[in-house]
Parts: sequence; structure tokens; C-alpha cells
Amino acid sequence: MAEQPNNNAYWAANIRLVTICLVIWAIASYGFAILLRPMLSGIAVGGTDLGFWFAQQGSILVFLVLIFFYAWRMNKIDKEHGVDEE
Amino acid sequence: MDQTTLNIIVVGLSFALYFGIAIWARAGSTSEFYAAGRGVNPVVNGMATAADWMSAASFISMAGLIAFVGYQNSTFLMGWTGGYVLMAMLLAPYLRKFGKFTVPEFIGDRYYSNTARVVAVVALIVISVTYVIGQMTGAGVAFSRFLEVSSTNGLLIASAVVFVYAVLGGMKGITYTQVAQYCVLIIAYTIPAIFISLQLTGNPIPGLGLFSDMSAGNTGQGTPLLVTLDGLLTDLGFSAYTTGSSPWLMALFTLSLMIGTAGLPHVIIRFFTVPKVADARWSAGWALVFIALLYLTAPAVGAMARLNITTTMWPEGVQGEAVAVEDLPNWFETWQVTGLLGVEDKNGDGRIQYYNDSSEEMQALAAERGWEGNELVTFNRDILVLANPEIAQLPGWVIALIAAGGIAAALSTAAGLLLAISSAISHDLIKSVINPGISEKGELVAARISMAGAIVLATWLGLNPPGFAAQTVALAFGLAAASLFPTLMMGIFSKRMNSAGATAGMLAGLILTCLYLFTYLGWFFIPGTNMLENTASNYLFGIPPTHFGPIGAVANFLVAYLVSRVTAEPPQHIQELVESVRIPRGAGAATDH
Repeated sequence: MAEQPNNNAYWAANIRLVTICLVIWAIASYGFAILLRPMLSGIAVGGTDLGFWFAQQGSILVFLVLIFFYAWRMNKIDKEHGVDEE
Repeated sequence: MDQTTLNIIVVGLSFALYFGIAIWARAGSTSEFYAAGRGVNPVVNGMATAADWMSAASFISMAGLIAFVGYQNSTFLMGWTGGYVLMAMLLAPYLRKFGKFTVPEFIGDRYYSNTARVVAVVALIVISVTYVIGQMTGAGVAFSRFLEVSSTNGLLIASAVVFVYAVLGGMKGITYTQVAQYCVLIIAYTIPAIFISLQLTGNPIPGLGLFSDMSAGNTGQGTPLLVTLDGLLTDLGFSAYTTGSSPWLMALFTLSLMIGTAGLPHVIIRFFTVPKVADARWSAGWALVFIALLYLTAPAVGAMARLNITTTMWPEGVQGEAVAVEDLPNWFETWQVTGLLGVEDKNGDGRIQYYNDSSEEMQALAAERGWEGNELVTFNRDILVLANPEIAQLPGWVIALIAAGGIAAALSTAAGLLLAISSAISHDLIKSVINPGISEKGELVAARISMAGAIVLATWLGLNPPGFAAQTVALAFGLAAASLFPTLMMGIFSKRMNSAGATAGMLAGLILTCLYLFTYLGWFFIPGTNMLENTASNYLFGIPPTHFGPIGAVANFLVAYLVSRVTAEPPQHIQELVESVRIPRGAGAATDH
């Protein structure tokens, strides 16, 4: 932990990654599934529209991908900055 | 062999499995009792977290909750899964790195204050106790429905079972029983769903079936299932399945459930059991995989069951004649006995007309066709899951599996909550505040006694549920969102946040949320003491009390920020603590303390 600037760069990289993920998280759920649903109403999915699919399934799948992407990417960032475990 | 005997055998076998695990996974140290010795594989922990999270309500009621309202209640699906994104990125890995045992312990140490610790303990106990009442009554109901015992006896049996493995095994015993309970509940949930999806759409995956066309031999053959359902429902005067209103309120409620989920202590402590910070990240993903298996199936189960019951009532379609009383299927009779379904031939024509009799259009049609009100007088939403095996004409052991699954869902969540309560008492109150000199052995005894005490209290509350039992979910999520989540997050993401700010913020969030709930639901939820009628026109900016969590969280953040700016910054060693929580290196060393 001697190299302080290194840790700052690490934390900045983490914040950047979290921000990107949470923007996608919000767009998929609050956006596509709820507030932007009228805009997507032209896209038909199985007898209804894309917004309904996002509300009942799509958002959950997006959340799943996001968490695994974050875990994978973050574990890599740990190594790049030399702060990983072991 | 009759159904009840079969149910008893299957449920009994599942209990034998839980007891076997309890004996195998006895806790020998406080680290094992509080955090399963931090040796749990991230995938296994994900499975345990899923069982910890999915309660009797998720298992029995959620499909109905969605099916009776449709699109609008997708908020539950998104809210109860989206919270895991917040937990995985904003809390779990850093709290695992901190390497202690409880949520109040982080708050007490990070904010170098026993006042903050005690406020956190109070918040945790209020959240977890209100939540556990629902689980205990849920277990009692599940028992009484399937095993023909009274719900009081059912509740006592459930408490005794939890007592054995939670007191003996602590977190270690609870973890591995939760894994077994997850397997039982997911199998019980998906088998009937797969068969129903096959019958209706020919697609074996219910989540895909929901968006498929109706297969040959069904009503609406060749058209999409959702179009068929929308058509039937609107023809009967109900609102269409796929439409909704007031999107901003939907978004606010979703946010409330998401932040609340991320702040629930019994879920957070599950991430303390994995060996490394990297494991905590993966584990959150696995938890959501196992939760999604049920949550992606639930809306399909709900929609398909509602479709099935509607076509059962209208075998010739809505334009034809309603079902004759003597033609009602057998499962209909069985569930009428339990009081979850009820029919009354009001106009005495020997047929049962099911429609929405509060719709004006339908009243006109009813007058024309000689109907005298909706004759499906009881239609409990839980029936959509409970009667599924019978609707799909599956054998008796599948019904018995649903019984074991419902009980597993209730027990696993109750055990997780009870551990959160008892560790807050033995570790945060006794060890940290009252008697810091207590030995490891002494603390383990204290932990077991606290666990026993918590179970007795939960049982008593389950038998004598306070008047506010129905409001508990709103209360637990609102308080978790307004108190614990913001305080934990600021403890990690703001080095400048100090003791005074955090304590003031937590109190502001807690008090404001309670006041808002009490205003509409009565002081301490005592009926009749509410100052304003619980109706939309009275709400502040139209926000219902159930949606208040995010507002409380904003109040917490604001007050904490303002107070921390006018008071001294935290001491050097606390700023170093925050630095160390942010980087994963050294998590192994933090294990032993």
C-alpha cells in the first residue's frame, strides 16, 4: 500500500466501471421497461411490445450480465493495479 | 395412499435432510457461527443467498401478485432483482474486505461510535423482526394447507425445525440447509410450470412460453398467449394484462424495492461467508442466476394459471355459456375446501359466471344475459401456484413437492433473518458494547442463547401477529432503503463522512420514513390512529407510503452530508480504514480477528 497514487488510479477505474454499469442498469429497468416503454411500443415481441418484455424478463437478464461483467472486469483491474488477493 | 400421507412423507424426508446437514455442519467457533468460517464456495453461497432471499411470499404469492395485476406489478420482478446489482457493486465486496461479522459492526467501527452502532442495531432489529413475522405465519399457513394440522401447530413445528439447525450450526448450518432448501423449492416450482407451458404453448421453458403462440387444441390456437389472455380479460371486464398506468410511480416503487433489497442485513451478511473479495463479486452474480430461475418463471406461471382458470370457467369462450356447476374439475372442489376458491350460483342457473361485476359495461351485459354478479366469489392469488400441479394433471408426488418447497422457502428465509438478529445482539450489543472482555467461548454461548431467544420471540409474534403484519414488507424495505443502505454506501465511498453525519443521517432517514408511514397507516400501525386517510389524494406529491424508501434515503444522504461538512473530519486511522476497505489485497489476513 506504499504507492498511494496507484491506489487512487485503481479507485478511479472502479468508480468509472460502476458508473457505466449503473447507467445501463437504470436504462434497462427505469428506461426501457417503464418510462421509455411508449417509445418502444412499435417493436413487437410475442404478442406484446419490447417494453413489456424488458419489464418481465429483459431487465433481469441485463442485471445478470452486468454483475458478471463487473466481477470479471474488476478482477482484471485488481491485477492491473497490483491490488488483487494473494 | 392419500395425498396428505404423501405430503407428510415428502416434507418429513426434507426435514430429515435438514437435520442431517445440521449435525454435519455444527459450529465450533464464533467465526463458524457468524460467517461459516469464511470457507463457502461462491456458487454455493449464491445458491444459499437465493434461498435466503426467496421467501414464502416469493414462492407462493408472487406469481399471483403479478398475474392479477399484470404489467404494473413487474415492479416486484425488477425491484427484487435489480437490488443485487447495487449490492454487488456498491456494498458486498468492500464489506467482505472489511472482514467482520455483522452490518452494525461495520457501521460502529467505520464511524468510530457506539451510538452509530446501536442505531444500526435498532434499525436491523426493526427490519428483520418485521420481516420474520411474515415468514413464520407463512410457514404456519403452508403446513396447515398441506399437512392438515392447525396453523398454530404448523408454526410450532416450523420453529422447532429452525431451532435445531440454527442454534446448533449457526451460519454454517444455515448455509448448507439453505442450499438443500433451494434445490427443493426450485424443483417444486419449475416442474409444474414446465408441464403447463408445454400444454399451452408447446415450449418447455415457461419464460419463453409466455411470449409464444398458443399451441393446437387450446383456446386462441395460433395467436400469442398474451394476446389471448388480454382478449379474455378485457371481454370479462378486467383490465388488460399488458397495460399499465402512472409510470413515474412504478419507477419510484421499483427504486424503493431495489435500494431496500440492497440494504437488507440478512442478505448482506451472506457475502461475509466467502473466502475472498473476488468471490463476493462472483457470488452476487450466482445469487442472481439462482433467483432469476424462479423470477423468470413466476410471471409465466401467473399468466398461464390465470389463463387456465379463466378458460375453465368459460369452456366455450366468453361468448358461449359459462361452466356448469357439475362440470367443475376435481381440483376445483379440492381447493374450495381450503377456502382459497369459492363459487356461489347467485342467479340459480346451474352455471358459474366469472366476470368483473364492478365494470359498468359488464353490468349492462350481465342484465342482458341474466347474470346477478360474479359467481367465482373467492379467488385467492396463492391458488395460482398451489393448484398448478393439479391443473396440469401431474401426479401426487409433485403436489407433495410443492408443499415441501413452500415450507423450505419460509424456513430458509426465517433462518437467515434470525441469524442477522441474533448476531447483532450477541456480537454488537454484548461483545462490542456491554462486555468487551467476553471470551470466544462465552460469545459462542451468547450467540446460541440469542438465537434461541430470537426464535422464541419470532414464534410468539407469529402466533400473535401485531395489527401491522400486512404492512411489514413496505416497512422493512422502506427502512432498509432509508437507514442502512445510504450509511453503508457513504462509509465506503466518502472518506470525509464522519460519525456525527452518519448518525444524524441514519436517524433522519429512519424517523422521516416512520413518520410518513404512521401518518397514513396509523401510529405504530395501530388501526384508527392515522392522521390522514390512506388515499391517493392525501399523499404528499402523490407518493404512497409504500413508495417512500427512496425519499427517506435522499433525506439520509442530505442530512449526513450537511452535518459532516460542519463537523470535524474523521481521524486519520479511519481514513486509512476506508482506503483499505476499497482495495481487495489483504482480505485473507482480515479473516482472523
